[in-house]
Amino acid sequence: MVKYVIVGNSVAAIAAVEAIRKHDGDGEITVISDEPYSAYSRPLITYALAGKISEDSIFYRDKNFYYKNKVETILGIKVTSLNTKEKYVTLKDGDEIHFDKLLISTGGTPISPNIRGRDLHGVFTFTKLDDLKRVREYIHQYRVGEAVVVGGGLIGLKTAEALTMLKIKVSIVELADRILSVTFDKKASSIIERSLRKIGCEVITGNTVSEIKGRDRVSAVILKDGKKINCGMVILAIGVTPNIDLIKNTDIKVNRGILVDNHMQTNIPDIYAAGDVSECVDLIGGATRPIAIWPNAYRQGNVAGYNMAGIPKEYTGSIVMNSIELCNIPTISMGLTDPEGDEYEIIEHYNDEKQVYKRIVLKGKIIVGAIFISNIDRGGIYRNLIIEKIDVSSFKEHILKEDFGLISLPKEYRKHLVSGPGLEV
Amino acid sequence: MKRIYIKEDMCIGCRLCEVYCLVQHSKSKKIIKAYKGEYPKPIPRILVEEKGYLSFALQCRHCEDPPCVEACITGAMYRDPDTGAVLCNDIKCVGCWMCIMVCPFGVIMRRKEGGEVASKCDLCYGEGTPVCVANCPNEALEFR
Repeated sequence: MVKYVIVGNSVAAIAAVEAIRKHDGDGEITVISDEPYSAYSRPLITYALAGKISEDSIFYRDKNFYYKNKVETILGIKVTSLNTKEKYVTLKDGDEIHFDKLLISTGGTPISPNIRGRDLHGVFTFTKLDDLKRVREYIHQYRVGEAVVVGGGLIGLKTAEALTMLKIKVSIVELADRILSVTFDKKASSIIERSLRKIGCEVITGNTVSEIKGRDRVSAVILKDGKKINCGMVILAIGVTPNIDLIKNTDIKVNRGILVDNHMQTNIPDIYAAGDVSECVDLIGGATRPIAIWPNAYRQGNVAGYNMAGIPKEYTGSIVMNSIELCNIPTISMGLTDPEGDEYEIIEHYNDEKQVYKRIVLKGKIIVGAIFISNIDRGGIYRNLIIEKIDVSSFKEHILKEDFGLISLPKEYRKHLVSGPGLEV
Repeated sequence: MKRIYIKEDMCIGCRLCEVYCLVQHSKSKKIIKAYKGEYPKPIPRILVEEKGYLSFALQCRHCEDPPCVEACITGAMYRDPDTGAVLCNDIKCVGCWMCIMVCPFGVIMRRKEGGEVASKCDLCYGEGTPVCVANCPNEALEFR
């Protein structure tokens, strides 16, 4: 009987359990996490903060998921070290857990900038369920009326929006010249920036917090240009980095994230890694790097699980992509959205009044990136064209037409999509 | 599992499938009420693509490895263990539209009224033959 151990308990871990159990009903599965909760959805904590969902609906699978899948859980205890030779992990309380197959899916950790005052009461990062509980309690206890969010990326903006819904006056401070600068181009950023201002957020770009002030707890921040913003709370949301603590001092190869082959196995046999902790091939450009997004984590965890259970399955890579709704404006971005160079061609549709923006980035005959604001319907068709590297030159002029669909695609490829029984990867 | 197969050569673009689908997924199941008087306004979970003489009706393919299930951040999207259909649990869905981003067929719609949720073909859950198939006048859809 195979002994599977999974460190981490988010989407990659759950996906691995689901894959293992398809083929191995008897093997022992143990999931270990330092968080004392059943698997929950980290992206949903901003929804819960805003009061859009109850704290109960944050959980990713049914309450009896672990029971049904015969998974033993060790929750609320950190794994402190890993012995790759003798194949065991050591828990904080000293217990040793042996494994035949190990999955490291420890996710990401928020980056903590080196700002003076960073340890003051009232300064938070916001990625975990415990952060939600702490921030909620803090807001309630001190009746926070003003907050500063450092970082204008996805987490920062979703948090800013949630705080605004709680009637807190939010200032967003972003180092780049615009918000969402990594995934959006200027036009897309400006649509969202305007909408954030409309709901009452202040958006400060090209600036950063150089110091957080306060005696017992936060009372203000000082910006790089010397400006002072009074606030009762600071949220640091400048990004996440792979949580690789566990493999330090081991012989597992790591770059920024853990390096894996296309079976999600590390350089050490029987030790796998998946999700935000690992790196994968970016299908655009071919570089290997962490692509910390939910769909990626599921697929990687699932592929790892299959291979751990002895069913060979390959993971071929991913693209950077995201779908978020801000200020009731749905947005999707994928791939290279704002590249520089003559080899790229841009096709755009923009309606300022309706806040509709669509942008397709082409390199030669293939699509390498896209942005959709407000009208995101059928966006997945474009993602498929990117991933499959489909030659779009024969239908390029239709690509942003209102009635663009599978019918616009070359006949053979359309028939392949339409007549089949669905996607098998 | 039983699936809907599309025969584009047989489709005449009449859009009866859309009408039947909308009514099937309405509260009243009455055509006039469904179109004129219900809130949230039901929407069809099938769409007809048309260009010149070519047309076909398209709905969720209930993929073997559904990307929408993988991408769903809430766990709302799931595969029904009994029928194999890919279904969306309205109560869990928060309308993040990750599923729309990854569906290569573009067959997941946004229901905007009465709480934003993803809306997709459920193979007429529990009905036997889906209504789009049963009511297609030219057998352009097949359930087998």
